[in-house]
Amino acid sequence: MNHIIATEKLNLFYNDFHALKDINMKMRANTVTALIGPSGCGKSTYLRLFNRMNDLIDGVKITGDVRVEGKDIYEKNTDVVDLRRKVGMVFQKPNPFPKTIFENVAYGLRVNGINDNGFIKDKVEQSLVQSALWDEVKDKMNKSAFELSGGQQQRLCIARALAIEPSIILMDEPASALDPISTAKIEELIYELKQNYTIVIVTHNMQQAARVSDHTAFFYLGELIEYGETKEIFTNPKDKKTQNYITGRFG
Amino acid sequence: MDWPKKSERNKNLKQIIAFTSFKLLSYAVVMILFLILAQIVFKGFSVISWEFLTAMPEDGMTKGGIFPAIVGTFYLVLGSMIFAFPIGVLSAIYINEYTKDSFYKRFIKLMTNSLAGIPSIVFGLFGMTLFVNTLGFGDSILAGSLTLGLLTLPVVIRTTEEALKSVDDSFRHGGYALGATKLQTIRRVVLPIAFPNIITGLILSIGRVSGETAPILFTVAAYFLPKLPSGIFDQVMALPYHLYVISTSGTNVAESQPIAYGTALVLIMIVLLVNIAANTLRRYLGKKVKMN
Repeated sequence: MNHIIATEKLNLFYNDFHALKDINMKMRANTVTALIGPSGCGKSTYLRLFNRMNDLIDGVKITGDVRVEGKDIYEKNTDVVDLRRKVGMVFQKPNPFPKTIFENVAYGLRVNGINDNGFIKDKVEQSLVQSALWDEVKDKMNKSAFELSGGQQQRLCIARALAIEPSIILMDEPASALDPISTAKIEELIYELKQNYTIVIVTHNMQQAARVSDHTAFFYLGELIEYGETKEIFTNPKDKKTQNYITGRFG
Repeated sequence: MDWPKKSERNKNLKQIIAFTSFKLLSYAVVMILFLILAQIVFKGFSVISWEFLTAMPEDGMTKGGIFPAIVGTFYLVLGSMIFAFPIGVLSAIYINEYTKDSFYKRFIKLMTNSLAGIPSIVFGLFGMTLFVNTLGFGDSILAGSLTLGLLTLPVVIRTTEEALKSVDDSFRHGGYALGATKLQTIRRVVLPIAFPNIITGLILSIGRVSGETAPILFTVAAYFLPKLPSGIFDQVMALPYHLYVISTSGTNVAESQPIAYGTALVLIMIVLLVNIAANTLRRYLGKKVKMN
């Protein structure tokens, strides 16, 4: 099984609104897939399928298949909590908990029943090193996470997600609230993380999609218009709508 | 094109009139509050002494202190909070975190809000029927505390609900995304953030409970009882009721008037202190939550 994520004939409704239409898409492990498209096109909704965050919204109905590591995650006996351990998520706005830097990263371990303090300490350090934040915070682990800058907070949220060793990381416009330098750091980080994780990223920034992703999917009005190698999509789009969007003619 | 100047002047004049009247009205409110406080402080201050706070009433409540009333009010506040705080907070968690927007949720909210609108004397009657007579607690701290607890329950529920609502959903989503269960997210993320505001609600309801007279009238309050209670089935004196008694139906209303003002002053000071404590605690906890 090469495809770590796959959807087949996937339809999603918000009450009567048909938000995703017949989406067929497969993603390989250890790649970065960018989801692009104008606001309201369904790309964030599509992203939130894979850790079932859409469950939190009233009136969502789903038909079709969503497979993560080969398993249908919308099957009745799916353990959602377990799924979310495997599929981490980074949100648009950095959302660290009002706890210390250390406790933010340790949180995922603690809620998953790990009490071994030595292990937690090592894992926190390892995750912060991985998210390229360690050098900046190692002397203030007991300070509030709110004392960090926005960019640092976002890397803290990435560290928090990494600590529970997911195989997939979903990123919902992770850099849209950050300044250019912080954005560059996040992008570098995505490139590094690709070695060990599969990343799906929603972005409004065309350059960012072009820089960080291996594959790009263009969504429009709930439909998957075009999906392929990022290079291909940005240099030689097959669909007129894709071309218009990436050249900034609409959206 | 020339702008007509007259209407411009009118506009300014209207502004001045409006703001001046708003200002005067708000000053008037402050003035009334100030007058009430001044009168009580002025008339009550002279009787306040260590003895007044720690001695039993004497000579048909025209002399001596108000110690049993202070102790009684303390027990009633404590008892009602032990009852109302856990039930109220847990109900609010259920309403805000577990129920989805539905007819059922709106029904619960309507009922709790209606509960808040019931006159306190009705709570007194209800408490007398249920706790004093049916359950056989008699006139007792237990019956009074439960009645006061019922009265304050909607306040606790509503303030807790508001506190939970003010916790941004991004914190909850962050918790779920890390594989936390709903209960873990509520306990480890939502409650610590909401805690300072929940505590504020609790303390404000203490202020309210300590001043209520009607609910304790038929359930616990003693007209004159110059000894301290020895258990939860004893009656007690309480500050607001004591104030009522010595102002209207004491042995010598005119002679005990200074004591009435002294009692009022003590009551007001307690409520004031509780409010100050609420604010200090909220500020302190607010800082602490960010730290941990």
